[in-house]
Amino acid sequence: MGGGEKPKLIIDGKRIDGRGLDDSRPVKIEAGVLNEAEGSAYVEWGGNKVLAGVYGPRECIPKHDANPFKALMKCRYTMSPFASKEEHSRSGPNRRSIEISKVIREVFESLVITELFPMTQIDVYIDVLQAEGGTRVSAITAAAVALADAGIPMKDMVSGIAVGKIDGEIAVDLGRDEDNFGQSDVPMAVSHRNKDILLLQMDGLLTKAEFERAMDKAISASEKLHALQSDAIVRSYEKLESEGLSL
Amino acid sequence: MGESAKDVVMHDIKKGVLLDIFKKGERMDGRGFEDYRPISVKKGVIATAEGSALAKIGKTQILVGAKFDAVTPFADRPNEGVFSVNCEFLPLASPTFEPGPPNENSIQLARVTDRGIRSAEVEGDSPITANFFLEEGKVLALYLDIYVLDHSGNMTDAASLAAMGALMSAKIPKYSEGKLVRTESIGGLPLKHFPISTTIAKIDKYLLVDPSKEENLVADSTLTITTTQTGLLASMQKTKGAMSRDEVLQAVDIAFKKGDELRKYIL
Repeated sequence: MGGGEKPKLIIDGKRIDGRGLDDSRPVKIEAGVLNEAEGSAYVEWGGNKVLAGVYGPRECIPKHDANPFKALMKCRYTMSPFASKEEHSRSGPNRRSIEISKVIREVFESLVITELFPMTQIDVYIDVLQAEGGTRVSAITAAAVALADAGIPMKDMVSGIAVGKIDGEIAVDLGRDEDNFGQSDVPMAVSHRNKDILLLQMDGLLTKAEFERAMDKAISASEKLHALQSDAIVRSYEKLESEGLSL
Repeated sequence: MGESAKDVVMHDIKKGVLLDIFKKGERMDGRGFEDYRPISVKKGVIATAEGSALAKIGKTQILVGAKFDAVTPFADRPNEGVFSVNCEFLPLASPTFEPGPPNENSIQLARVTDRGIRSAEVEGDSPITANFFLEEGKVLALYLDIYVLDHSGNMTDAASLAAMGALMSAKIPKYSEGKLVRTESIGGLPLKHFPISTTIAKIDKYLLVDPSKEENLVADSTLTITTTQTGLLASMQKTKGAMSRDEVLQAVDIAFKKGDELRKYIL
């Protein structure tokens, strides 16, 4: 999918960073890393560093947007200007981040029990501090933990995971080069109890059979992420006060 | 504007009415669950653009114009052409559209259309941008502008048809002495996969092809699937709520079948 000379992505059954096809990069999750936010989480996922903070339920601004039956979910995903290996990028939202913010918001609209908080809004802010491919699924994974940390009631937990096709094989959790030079990318978000598919995007070319395999690999990989998310939430209760962020 | 109490109540009533009709195996406008509204695509409708098409699905009308420019390539891809899709929701197209910068919905429509075409025809095995290198420091850029003229549901598939129509009618201008000569053409784009999107709405347990404006408003989720003539999936985008694994696979089967049907309107 990218420009430049295409490197070999799989050599002797191993991926460029030594992983097997079904292995994710190492994932580390910490809940309650911010002091002011009502809920927060930090996810380190391979070379991705993603921070999520939640505010609310709080008064809906502008007031005429308030819904008398439920809280409004708001979500803002942005990437820092220093998050990519390439040149400095402009800070704040761009077309890509506006689309990603929308699809992430829709994930949480399905999960948060917004009917409990009429006339309010719940803000989910996600900032990608360092990017290495798969930032939107890292963002969803972080935001879910931040919402739980804020004590916001949800029907289910959700984990993000991307699966794709590299050198003709279906592989879990594409890294930066795999994303750039791979043949297809399928970011997904899967709920824990119901295995509902809450985010589904795809680009690059796949047969139906390959797509089905990709989807099943994503569903099974989401299990491992859910265990890490739960563990992060449990650990946050063991801390007497937040120790802040350790990048 | 936010949803008023009236909007929310009306939403529930409308959904109830639609579900009662679905139970009988019918839709409000008499279609079956897997039927499109009437479709037409007319190519070459704008003489000033290098390519164009007007697509209609039912009462939805979308115009796409294709323009070429000679531009400086991206620094990391000095030999590659540029392909770019933009979308405007014209305020005359719907009482819900307002003038102003692109919002998340128009950005999403542009990017979903872009991904379907890009996956199949730009980054696939026979890129339409293969001959876009002009000379050192100059490449061709192909811009598609999606103009939504009339929004009566399922803008995504109408945009996909119009975009493909515009690409098929596009004539690459001649490049001479550092400039494009728009009166002379070196030929068309070498399209191969003909990606076309099919949008499926899930309402309760029903999967409906080509959701109307009303169906779209009450849909639990929608899934847009772009398929190619060569039997491949080129892009997907789910919006709104949850779908199960099996519903997604069912939608994929429908999309392949419908994609073949829709492609007849552009080929």
